[in-house]
Amino acid sequence: MAIVFEKPKALANVPLHYCPGCTHGIIHRLVAEAIDALGIEGTTVGVAPVGCSVMAYNYFNCDMVEAAHGRAPAVATGLKRAMPENIIFTYQGDGDLASIGMAETVHAATRNENITVIFVNNAIYGMTGGQMAPTSLPGQVTQTSPYGRDVKHCGWPVKVCEMLAQLEGPEYLERVAVNNVKNIRNAKRAIQKAFENQINNKGFSLIEVISSCPTNWGMTPQKALQWIDDNMIPYYPLGVYKDRSAEQEKA
Amino acid sequence: MAEKVLMKGNEAIAEAAIMAGCRHYFGYPITPQTEIAAYMAKRMPKIGGCFLQAESEIAAINMVYGAASAGVRVMTSSSSPGISLKGEGLSYMAGSDLPALVINVQRGGPGLGGIQPSQSDYFQSTRGGGHGDYHMIILAPASVQEMASLTFKGFDLAEKYRMTAMILADGTMGQMMEPVSLEMGEINEHDKSWAVTGTKMARKHNIINSLSLIPEELEQQNFDRYARYKKVEENEVMYEEYLMDDAEICIVAFGIAARVSRNAINEARAQGIKVGMIRPITLWPFPKDALDKAADTCKAFISVELSMGQMIEDVQLATKCRRPVTLCNRAGGMIPSPEEVLQAIKEAKGGLE
Repeated sequence: MAIVFEKPKALANVPLHYCPGCTHGIIHRLVAEAIDALGIEGTTVGVAPVGCSVMAYNYFNCDMVEAAHGRAPAVATGLKRAMPENIIFTYQGDGDLASIGMAETVHAATRNENITVIFVNNAIYGMTGGQMAPTSLPGQVTQTSPYGRDVKHCGWPVKVCEMLAQLEGPEYLERVAVNNVKNIRNAKRAIQKAFENQINNKGFSLIEVISSCPTNWGMTPQKALQWIDDNMIPYYPLGVYKDRSAEQEKA
Repeated sequence: MAEKVLMKGNEAIAEAAIMAGCRHYFGYPITPQTEIAAYMAKRMPKIGGCFLQAESEIAAINMVYGAASAGVRVMTSSSSPGISLKGEGLSYMAGSDLPALVINVQRGGPGLGGIQPSQSDYFQSTRGGGHGDYHMIILAPASVQEMASLTFKGFDLAEKYRMTAMILADGTMGQMMEPVSLEMGEINEHDKSWAVTGTKMARKHNIINSLSLIPEELEQQNFDRYARYKKVEENEVMYEEYLMDDAEICIVAFGIAARVSRNAINEARAQGIKVGMIRPITLWPFPKDALDKAADTCKAFISVELSMGQMIEDVQLATKCRRPVTLCNRAGGMIPSPEEVLQAIKEAKGGLE
């Protein structure tokens, strides 16, 4: 009998700690599928962040490093410079990448560090119980913006792909979502491309994945996926923000 | 006899690191240690190594964390305010049992302080510097020769015990020039089976990590780490004695303070005062036993420091407060003169009569 569905080999056979309805599981799977498809599990080293995916080091079968909050791109830089032949990826949330780790993110991008960054944007700090993130939407209610994010008081959300696209450095920037089958299939393609870029020594690739947090958004999983369509994607439009190789081919 | 070359202390550190097999350097500019980065920037590309100027000290120490995770010999250098920024990374490296060499060419503080020599990071370095229970091996050179030889040794100790070693120098040591022999000996190989070099599909994945949410397990990790620290305390204490055989007054000083003290001791001896010195070379582990033994015969101790008095607490602890310990110090980038130390010796002598 033909097997039509199985667990990616790069994904460890352990229970994940994520909340019901959380899309981290899907994104883990997409990363593992890319590692399988490219046959790079034995040479890959992943860097886990601080946040909901802090224990990602237990979930991938490749070698893993747990970084301090926001420092994953610097840790990945050290790994890649020490082992240029290995494949290095970071897996980071919005607080980790776009708040405390902003400097490390921008500078790894501007150096065109040959690494792959998986950036999970769910517009909230999940692990600590739902505080306002650098990517929380204007008006979004969180534990630390109980009356809704007031942009006059605490500023505007950070649009990471748009911002990094202003730099000469990065090779590839794309924003995807995982709230329906079509978007998931597209996210899978983008994530694999981000790893292929590294294999081909093209440089810094960041895939921003719009994700849901039913627990801290206070919604059913189904409603959270709809909320992505209704609120997240209008503010964070999906698409390719930079693809240097494609631009060069065109020119 | 080995050929000697005239080198600046900071350059001696850089060259000795390269001789120790260090091919990865990450740092951020700060006075008075920038010669180390400049030297590495020149040399590393020529020998297949990597010099990378990081966006901050925080990024630099985390690049060190990444390269150390890969099992390579890696170092960073900075000065006091920059070391504070590295504190987070140093704590994570301790929690992940990663070896690396960190250089602190101290300047006066607190805050932005100044750029002149200081030893006021003694507490910060010997007590850990970052959060949590941990130690680093702290090496205190008192000559350009030791800047080189302790750098070479520091890499070895770091790998042997899977912990960070730190060269605790000061602006004088970094800037002054002396003849130095660069014959360093063999590089010892240490086990690196823990490194994340890729599983090659031949082993279970390695994880470099300092997170442990189960208190029983985290406690055990701390116990295991401290069992290792105990071995360091048993095996790696280094110090130098100067004219201690008949000494009734004992100066304790490290780095540039020991150099100044030596002059003062010679002058005091010429005046008939029996004074000697114990110069700690490792500040952690501290030469406790040597000081305790000295307290059997010496009647007074003087801690000579470029700080408001930090090491003096370790001197009091090591001698179990059996003898008076006085402080001879300058701070903020000032260095005690031999005359000031001589005066302190005379005062201590006066106290005995």
